[in-house]
Amino acid sequence: MRIAAYGFRRHSTYRAAAIAGAFTNTVFGILRAYVLIALWEARPGLAGYDIADAVTFCFLSQAFIGPMQVFGGGLEISERVRTGDVAIDLIRPASLQMWSLADDLGRAAYLFLLRSLPPTIVGAALFGLVVPIDPATWAFFLASFVLGVIVSFGWRYLIALSACWIIDDRGVQSLSLVMTFFFSGMVLPLNLFPGRLGTVAAALPWSAMVQVPADVYLGKRDVLEALGFQSAWAVALLLLGALVTRSARRKVVVQGG
Amino acid sequence: MVRTYLLLAWTWLRASAQYPGPLIMMVIGSFIVSGLDVAAIWVIFEHVGSLGGFDLAEVMFLYGAAGLSFALSDILFGNVERLSQHIKAGTFDTMLIRPAGAFVQMATDRFSVQRLGRLAQAAVVLAIALPQLGLPAGRAWMIPVMILCGTVIFASIFTLGGAMQFLLTDAPEVANAFTYGGSALTQYPLSVYGNELVKGVTFIVPLAFVNWQPALFVLDRPDPLGLPYWLRFAAPLAAVVLSVAAALAWRAGIRRYRSTGS
Repeated sequence: MRIAAYGFRRHSTYRAAAIAGAFTNTVFGILRAYVLIALWEARPGLAGYDIADAVTFCFLSQAFIGPMQVFGGGLEISERVRTGDVAIDLIRPASLQMWSLADDLGRAAYLFLLRSLPPTIVGAALFGLVVPIDPATWAFFLASFVLGVIVSFGWRYLIALSACWIIDDRGVQSLSLVMTFFFSGMVLPLNLFPGRLGTVAAALPWSAMVQVPADVYLGKRDVLEALGFQSAWAVALLLLGALVTRSARRKVVVQGG
Repeated sequence: MVRTYLLLAWTWLRASAQYPGPLIMMVIGSFIVSGLDVAAIWVIFEHVGSLGGFDLAEVMFLYGAAGLSFALSDILFGNVERLSQHIKAGTFDTMLIRPAGAFVQMATDRFSVQRLGRLAQAAVVLAIALPQLGLPAGRAWMIPVMILCGTVIFASIFTLGGAMQFLLTDAPEVANAFTYGGSALTQYPLSVYGNELVKGVTFIVPLAFVNWQPALFVLDRPDPLGLPYWLRFAAPLAAVVLSVAAALAWRAGIRRYRSTGS
């Protein structure tokens, strides 16, 4: 908890960057909203959304970019692997994974305030967004949001630790970006994907980062099933991360030392 | 200046080739990332026959032409967006005292072939779209002109974004809204956007001249907003005006630059 608070404070140093990010997210939100409006005007009710739902989805997904770190990164581990500092992290008495998770939750909380709220507010002012009335929906959405951040962390942690084996992780990072961006629902809502592609996309971990929390917000999905799906991926990725951490302990190559 | 540019670019290329594995993955990654936009267009056209009054081949044409312009300017000048990192690290000072222009050094900084992925992808889309349109030569001549002008316009926006970072050193992401935002905007026919937005990108940030206005001529379409016909030929004018503005902004930025001093 305290580490999360430090993570929050550490990231709050970069206020200007966060505001700039919020500005960019907002601009993209507006552009994407127009495309989605054109699509839903041509096909009302597509995928169970109406126009307001689609626009809300668009701004929510823009709002998730910061906290869920959709563009990858956000963790210092890969940099620390390259510099060799990770050797010190691995012999610390605290678990590297849990330490990073707490730090990442702090980061997400901070970015939620600075990068998620402004695009959503602007979107609501320009287009009018769907706002759930039921307080239970808000509670479920909050839970779903936090689970989304944990899934996102679980995934990014694995990618970052891959640097222990392949040294230069930029290639993996960029492939991870592709998968996250497309299969989270950032490009288009996943329920627009045709046929089997849609089924596969919905089952992959990335959908837990954008599509599922947005659907919980819009009330388009059975809440328990959605939270269960996210929890399952969160646990699976964290377990895998713990395994990888253990083998990294034996594997780590400290460069230049 | 061109020679310096080529020399520096070649040096960075050789440096990046030291790690061929990640390099290849990054080229593939950038090919696929930019391909996702096409995938999005394809998914949309699974559900509708036309978007904003344009069919799939026409949207692909708009997308490919803008994508080609953007990728070219990104390869040539996109690295200018890293200026704030150099200012913060103090390495920009080093550039200023070298016997080569700071702009050339910034543009070639970390010059990498990975952006070729985007270029290749846009070229493929354009190559698929063009035969389906069956354009007469009397209108097709505009295509190279629009790609060239689009490249200049995007390059100017990259430069303006870089110049802005002299002021907003802590917030380089603001520039992304105009560079990558501009690229995203021009991927779809502007008729899907609101009228105010279209007027803004016609007369203030001239992104409409990257592909939209010239493409109206190429596709022989009436302007949904009813703007004057001559605007279709105004892309070179827009490119020149914007690049002059960008050059002035960059100079002003350099002139008022003070080192971080830490």
